This record gives sequence, structure tokens and C-alpha cells, in this order.
Amino acid sequence: MKKLLKNSGVQAFIASIICIILGLLIGYIVLLFINPEGATESILNVIKNFFTFNRPKTQLKNFGNTLAKTMPLLMCSLSILFAYKVGLFNIGTAGQYVAGACASLYAALAWGWGWLPCMLFAIVAGALLGAIVGFLKAYCNVNEVISGIMLNWIALYLTNTLLSSVKEVASPYTLTLKNENPSALLPKAGLNELFNNDYITIAVPMALIIAIAVHILLTCTKLGYELKATGSNKNAAKYAGMAENRNIILTLAIAGGLAGLGAAMIFQSGYFRWECTQSSVPGMGFNGIAAAFLGGLNPIGSIFASFFIQHITDGGQYVNTNFYSSQISDLISSVIIYLCGFVLFIKLTMTKMVSRREEKAAQKQKTQGQKTQEQKTQEGGDK
Amino acid sequence: MLLLLQYTLIFTSVLVLVALGGCISEHSGVINLGLEGIMVMGALGGALMMRAFGTESALLMVLAVILSAVVFGMAYSALLGVACINFKADQTLVGTALNLLGTAAATVLVKAINTASNPDNHSSEIEYVRARKMFIVNINGFEFNWFMLIAVLAVIGVAIMLYKTRFGLRLMACGEHPQAADSVGINVYKMRWAGVLLSGALGGLGGICYILAGVSLWKFENGVAGFGFLALAVMIFGQWNPVRISLAALLFGLFRALSNTYVGIPFLVSLNLPSNVYNMMPYIVSLVVLAFTSKTSRAPKAEGIPYDKSTR
Repeated sequence: MKKLLKNSGVQAFIASIICIILGLLIGYIVLLFINPEGATESILNVIKNFFTFNRPKTQLKNFGNTLAKTMPLLMCSLSILFAYKVGLFNIGTAGQYVAGACASLYAALAWGWGWLPCMLFAIVAGALLGAIVGFLKAYCNVNEVISGIMLNWIALYLTNTLLSSVKEVASPYTLTLKNENPSALLPKAGLNELFNNDYITIAVPMALIIAIAVHILLTCTKLGYELKATGSNKNAAKYAGMAENRNIILTLAIAGGLAGLGAAMIFQSGYFRWECTQSSVPGMGFNGIAAAFLGGLNPIGSIFASFFIQHITDGGQYVNTNFYSSQISDLISSVIIYLCGFVLFIKLTMTKMVSRREEKAAQKQKTQGQKTQEQKTQEGGDK
Repeated sequence: MLLLLQYTLIFTSVLVLVALGGCISEHSGVINLGLEGIMVMGALGGALMMRAFGTESALLMVLAVILSAVVFGMAYSALLGVACINFKADQTLVGTALNLLGTAAATVLVKAINTASNPDNHSSEIEYVRARKMFIVNINGFEFNWFMLIAVLAVIGVAIMLYKTRFGLRLMACGEHPQAADSVGINVYKMRWAGVLLSGALGGLGGICYILAGVSLWKFENGVAGFGFLALAVMIFGQWNPVRISLAALLFGLFRALSNTYVGIPFLVSLNLPSNVYNMMPYIVSLVVLAFTSKTSRAPKAEGIPYDKSTR
């Protein structure tokens, strides 16, 4: 038990669970404040999400919807995680996701490209945006958080302008891929029948494989080692002969590419359409922060964390809208991000608790040993 | 042209207030990336006061709204203080969380209030037409807003406080070299708390000023559109110096004002650019400006590093 508590993976898991429970508790308290009647039912609906339906078939279909949206979220969280491991806070993920959406939709609708070129184009667009942040960081010493936010807004307005040329006449939404260019829809490989849901495509296995690939890249390769070394000390990395500026740009380009790919995964499944009058940056990239930190900054952990965050985000639809609003799930996930700031403290407390117990045990043994020795000497004196 | 001047001045006031908040916090050693969320909370506090407080006296209303925004901003910034000063959390992460939480919490709260007063109303909007008029004095078509005066006073006040008072100099010492400050008997934790709370107060003021700038109805779902971060860019461009910050804010305020007023300027209309170009302008300008000014940045040396008594 003690050994288990000392393991950093177990510690991270416990810390995440604590964050989740506290986050949900705070959400529940807010609901209680707004209206005590129906709060319990609503928070349970947030947790249940697709289980609120009775028929197994509807459950499966709605599970599929959540799963389809989990994949872009997973990619965004990988994007943030990857940059964070290299010491960079890539808040520009949101904008890189937008750029990916713009590229894939524009290529699909205006130029009639197939699904693979569209997807690659989205990766390039996201990577380009990331590389700009990296360039500014490496050569101009611009704080990546601020330049990332600026690029988020630039990407949003640029996308609104560009995609306006491929939108429906009567609505602010872009044309449907299914009618205009079905070849740009991602292949389904039979997965849609398995889940009774047309939005489940090869994106699901693809995202899972990429999560594992990112894990391997970070832990088992020379490039991953170099990137992490640059993150922990830029000057030391330079001294050791690493191209530190190139590494920073490369990191953010990869992170941007991941986010761009995430956008292609969801927009090319036909689940979302871009709204060309959108006045705020989509929340996918920001929820990715929650998923990355809740997953203990581990790619495998973020698979589960992404699913959980998307699960409660979707669950927000099922609150009692007579009193509450669906944004309650945004509130819960942002509280969880806030609490993730305390993870280090929680871990430290756990380690301290274990070591204090060990110390006590050791002292006990010591005093017992002394006692027996004293007894022995006393015995000796008596004789 | 008068309209452009008016909008430039009011947006400059917003940026000045918020950037000064960021400046004080960073001088004490805490990076306050949560300014955006603090602005939303300040705006919420002020808007709720305007909604609830039915007075005919303009002075009373102005004072009440300002007080409410300041209290909301300070209370919200305390979340940053607890996490980053006492628990040594990652300041970037906590700041980002506060930004997201600010918009989400304000939306949930306003929607709940709206729905409670009218079951069919599910919007996140607060309207304050009557109260807004109390903040404005009309001088020959130029709408003077009291916040313009407050911003000027804030610049003078903060400049004097930072460079001429014992408190300000001690505060800055905590951001430059907290161990040295501690060794001469300054309580670093207290100073940092003071910095964070002051930035909360100024951020809250900036928030209410922002929603009063051009409209008399605010939709809280939209937050404040990256204005907190623009203010941080202003702060960096102003090199953490209150007077320079006010000049930097003027530049950014002008570009932000253009997106509201370009339809009234014949030269810009004749260029026939899409309106999104003007929306993008402030962000592009700040990127370019940051690229040229960050290299020789004079940021407080210990900013962003949690203070630990046991390290040297």
C-alpha cells in the first residue's frame, strides 16, 4: 500500500480523481444555489450523459456522438501536453484547431479534394500557425501564451472570412460535405455499423494510435529527449550541441499539426459545420487543457481524460433547462483545470504522508531496539 | 472623426486600467494571465449592480457600480492568490483556468438570474441603457465617459505608488529578488497578495469600463474577446512602466476603435475591405509590436516563479 502511494503514476491518478470529485461537487453546489429543487437530478444527468436514454440502441448512438467528439478533443489535449512537456504552454491550440477546420473545409468544398489531401492540408495549416508562435518565441522572445491568444483571434476572423465563400446562402453554416463532396468524408471501415452512428470513422482508431505514438516519441526517441532537454533548460541544451531554436519551432509545429488534424477528424466526419458568424473561438482547444492536465500529462491518461471531459460536456445538454443552463459543464471543467493547479501540492502531501509514516515506524523500531538493549544491560547489572 | 477619438479614448482607458493591473501583479512577482476572467467578473459585478440598483443620482450610481466591480474583481483574483502564492501552483495554468471559469461562471449565473425573473428568458444578456447614461457627459457630441478620467488618475496614482512610496518599492523588490527582500524583513507573501488583489481591483474596473464603452447590453457568453490579453501585450510594449503603458494603450486603443468606427471614415470605406480585417487589426498589431519589443524585455526578474523561503 505504501509502495503504491509512492508510485508517481498512482499519485497522479488519485490526484485526478480528487480533482474530478471536487469539480463535480462544486458544480453541484452551484446548481443547489440556483435552485435546490432538481439540482440532484441535473448533476446526475451531467454525469450520466448518454445513459439518460432508456433504449440501448439510442444509448449506443449517443455514445457514438460523444466518442466522435472525443477524438478532436484528444488531439487538442495531445497538442497541449506535447508542448507542455517541452516547457511551452500552447494555448494557441484553439487557433490551430480553427486553422485546421478552415483548411480542411475549404479544400473539400472549394477545391473538391479527397479526404486524405484535405486532412494533410489541415495538418499543415495547424503546423504553420504553431510554427509562427515557435518562431516568435525562439527568435523574438515573445511569450507563447500571448502570441498564441492573438493568433487564436486572427485565425478565427480569417476563417470566418475564407469560409464565407463556401457557406450556404440562407444560413451562416458551411455547405454540407455529404451533398457537396462526399469523397472528402473520412472512410468508415464498418465502424459506423458497429456503433449505429454515421459519425464514427477511422478517426477513432487513428487518434488512439497517435496518442500512443506521441507517448513513444516523448519517452523512447532521441528527438523526444532533445525536445524535453530544450524545455527544461534552453541554454544547457544549446551547450550540449542541440539546435535549441529549431527544437522550439519544431515542437510547436508538431503541436499545431496535432490540433489541425483533430479539427479535420471531426469536420470531415460531417458532425460539425463551421458557423461563419462565430464570435468566439471554439472551446475544443481550451477543453484540451483540462483533458491534458486531468490525464496527468500522460498521452495514455489523456485518452481517458478527454473522454471524461467530452462526456460531461455533452451531459450538460441534459440538465433541467427550466432552471439551469448547459454551460454548467463548462463551469465544471474549468473548475477541474483550476484544481489541477493543486496537483503538485496533493502529490507532495501524499509523499510526505508516506514518508512520515515510514519515519515513525523506523523510530518505533529504533526505540524498541534501544529498550531491549537497555533491558539487556540492566539484566547484566543485576547479575 | 470625433467618434473615432471618443472610441479610441474609451478603449485606451480599458487597456490602461487592465494593463496597470497586470503591471502591479508582475512587479510583485506573479504573472496574472487570468486578467481576462477578472475583467468578466468585474463586468458582471458592475452589470448586476446597474440592474439591481435603481437610483436617480448619477454620482451614487457611478460609485456603487465602481465599488461592485472592484469587489468582484478582487474576490476573483483571490483565487489566483491562493493557488499561486500559498500553494505554489503553475501560474500559467491557474490563469488560464480563471479565464475559462470567468466566462462559464458568469454565463451560468446571468442565465439563472434571467430565468428566475422570467421563465422564458434563457439568454445571458444584461441590459443597462438607463444606468449607462449616468456614466456619460455629452460635450458637443463627444461622449465623455467618467472612466477616461479614472484611467488618467490610475496612471498617475500607480506611477507614484510604484516609484515614490515605500510600499511600491518594496513590492517591486519582491518581483526582482524576493530572497533579498525577505532578508531585510519584507513579507514576500503579503506583498504578492497585495499585488494580486490590486491587479484584481484594476482588472475589475477595466471589465466594467469595457462593457460600458460602446453598448448598453452585454451578452456574457462572449466574455471580453481577448481584451485581457491585449492588455498584457500593452503592458509588455510599455515595458512594465505606467507612463509608457498609457502611451502603448493609446496605439492599441486606436486600432480597436477603428473596427467600431471605420464605416464613418470615407477613406477606409473606399478601400472596401471586409469588416473582419478591422476585427483582426488589434491582434495583428500586437503580434508585430511584441515581435519587435520582446527581445529587450525588462520584465521583473522573479516573475512567474513561486517564492519558496527555503531556496536561495
